[in-house]
Amino acid sequence: MRTLVKSREAILAAAILVLVAAIATRFPGFVAPANLANVFNDTAPLILLALGQMAVILTRCIDLSVAANLALTGMVVALLNTMFPALPIPVILLVAVTLGAFMGLVNGLLVWKLDIPPIVVTLGTMTIYRGIIFLISDGAWINAHEMSDAFKAFPRAVVLGLPVLSWIALLMVAAFAVLITRTPLGRAFYAVGGNPHAAVYTGIDVGLTQCAAYVLSGALAGLTGYLWVARYAVAYVDIAGGFELEVVAACVIGGISIAGGIGTVGGALLGALFLGIVKNALPVVNISPFWQLAISGSAIIVAVAFNATSNRTKGRVILKKAEHAA
Amino acid sequence: MSTTATASHAGARQIPDRLRTPLQRFLGSWELLLLGVTVAVFVLNSFASPYFLDPWNLSDATFNFTEKALIAFAMALLIVSGEIDLSVASIIALASTAMGFAVQMGAETPVLVLIGLTVGLACGAFNGALVTGLGLPSIVVTIGTMSLFRGISYIVLGDKAYTGYPSDFAFFGQGYVWWVISFEFALFAVCAVLFAVLLHRTNFGRAVTAIGNNPVGALFSGIRVPKVKFALFLLTGLMSGVAAICLTSRLGATRPSIAFGWELEVVTMVVLGGVNILGGSGTIPGVVIAAFVMGMVTFGFGLLNVPGIVMSIFIGLLLIAVIALPRVARRVLAARKG
Repeated sequence: MRTLVKSREAILAAAILVLVAAIATRFPGFVAPANLANVFNDTAPLILLALGQMAVILTRCIDLSVAANLALTGMVVALLNTMFPALPIPVILLVAVTLGAFMGLVNGLLVWKLDIPPIVVTLGTMTIYRGIIFLISDGAWINAHEMSDAFKAFPRAVVLGLPVLSWIALLMVAAFAVLITRTPLGRAFYAVGGNPHAAVYTGIDVGLTQCAAYVLSGALAGLTGYLWVARYAVAYVDIAGGFELEVVAACVIGGISIAGGIGTVGGALLGALFLGIVKNALPVVNISPFWQLAISGSAIIVAVAFNATSNRTKGRVILKKAEHAA
Repeated sequence: MSTTATASHAGARQIPDRLRTPLQRFLGSWELLLLGVTVAVFVLNSFASPYFLDPWNLSDATFNFTEKALIAFAMALLIVSGEIDLSVASIIALASTAMGFAVQMGAETPVLVLIGLTVGLACGAFNGALVTGLGLPSIVVTIGTMSLFRGISYIVLGDKAYTGYPSDFAFFGQGYVWWVISFEFALFAVCAVLFAVLLHRTNFGRAVTAIGNNPVGALFSGIRVPKVKFALFLLTGLMSGVAAICLTSRLGATRPSIAFGWELEVVTMVVLGGVNILGGSGTIPGVVIAAFVMGMVTFGFGLLNVPGIVMSIFIGLLLIAVIALPRVARRVLAARKG
């Protein structure tokens, strides 16, 4: 019980409940199941990307190219759809996931084989992937009327009361929970992030594990790319611009340590939900949407400050340890 | 961050008979490689477009990088010390918004400059206090303040813009000191010298490098690590304030989206300049040359009507290539030696 009260996920969940309750006292419509389902569906892309980002951050890396990956994959599948409208959805999904995974692999190989710092690699690939969208699309938009109906309908199709987009997010959360806590790869993520040197001695290939995290993150970004473009029925160069920071923010708010090795799937999910609820609640409570950026920024700072104080070692510090020995 | 564990298989280290002379060091240096790239870009550009070598055109081209470079100097010191500040572009937005607000209150140019610098310093102090006071990782803190600072601009401005800056305020971004030398370029040159002296010729600069190499060792050798780091965040905030004054003066208007995405270009400039992103090494001359490379590439492509986003592909490739190539080369050489 004490560990439950102390766990970050419980505190964050409580904070979200308080937030929702506060909104509900003035706007009861917000907590109507249909609206909450809408909010969840709206947050689904953020949840999907936060899961992949979590794996990457666990291994002491960071992936700033996810939004560009999403946009590029979205553009490629949209172009495919305009050229071959008869292409069935499973093929589209396969293309999206494969292409996304490939872009993740490029990041991963640069980090693994060339030992380039992750932040530099993904800053670079972020601009490159964005640029490629321009090259393949000539800067033009692909609009709703150019996409086939089946292409647009897939993420919106309602199954058992929820859109497919929401179901995919739920499915991926479940799959990630299993992957992270019940497989050797999941344990390797924690080991690599917690102590890379020790991980090497236990026979874990640090670079390979980091590369695997990037491939996962890329695959999820690719999948989300198709879902995003199909849901909003438009593809252009700048879709999801700046989304990578929102994804990192979701992870940080969810208690995933940027220093690696600490974090849970539940945390990533709650972090994303927190941002999603704030985003959707602002117009409801009549606050200008221009407040959103400042609020999510403050949330990140509060979350990381909170993380640091709760992880601080108890007792007197006689010899100061390295702040974060990299 | 990455796997430094595997890098220590070099075997017995050979100690040379004598140290390399400064000339030998220069010949093998990153800066020379960059200088070569600059010259190549320059020559290619002057062949590609007949308008490239016009002095006024070249002078205009410097505006592409001077403001970013002003921040890059301070950022270089910060990265050498092992920290990073991703909020610099948002500090520009906030400082510019504050200046725009003051204009609406009827403030004159000296007051505007004071406000720009103060807001920059205050933002830097906020970052520095969070990083050194609470011991938080700077990358997360500044991702947070990046949203916060620009978010405040959005709250104040929304979809509106501040205009109506006094006419003498235009000097900082549009004025010329002598012939084709703009005020911004002169400022860039002066700051380059000041920062080079600060990093390479003062105790403070030594301390910065020492902290980046080994924070614990630096602490035990009597360096007040948190104070130095706090000073670096202040400095970065101040330079962002300076850049905000120049940019606002040049554009003559403030929107909350001002300088959007600049933090990445500034970091690219610093890394391209040979500063180790993990801290501990880097030079100001390298950053200066990197600023020229990026400015000339952007300008040359612009003359050839290449869209900005294609230039950004090039910058991205450049960023990865300049870091990857030496590593690949070293590996190939090592493999050949057996």
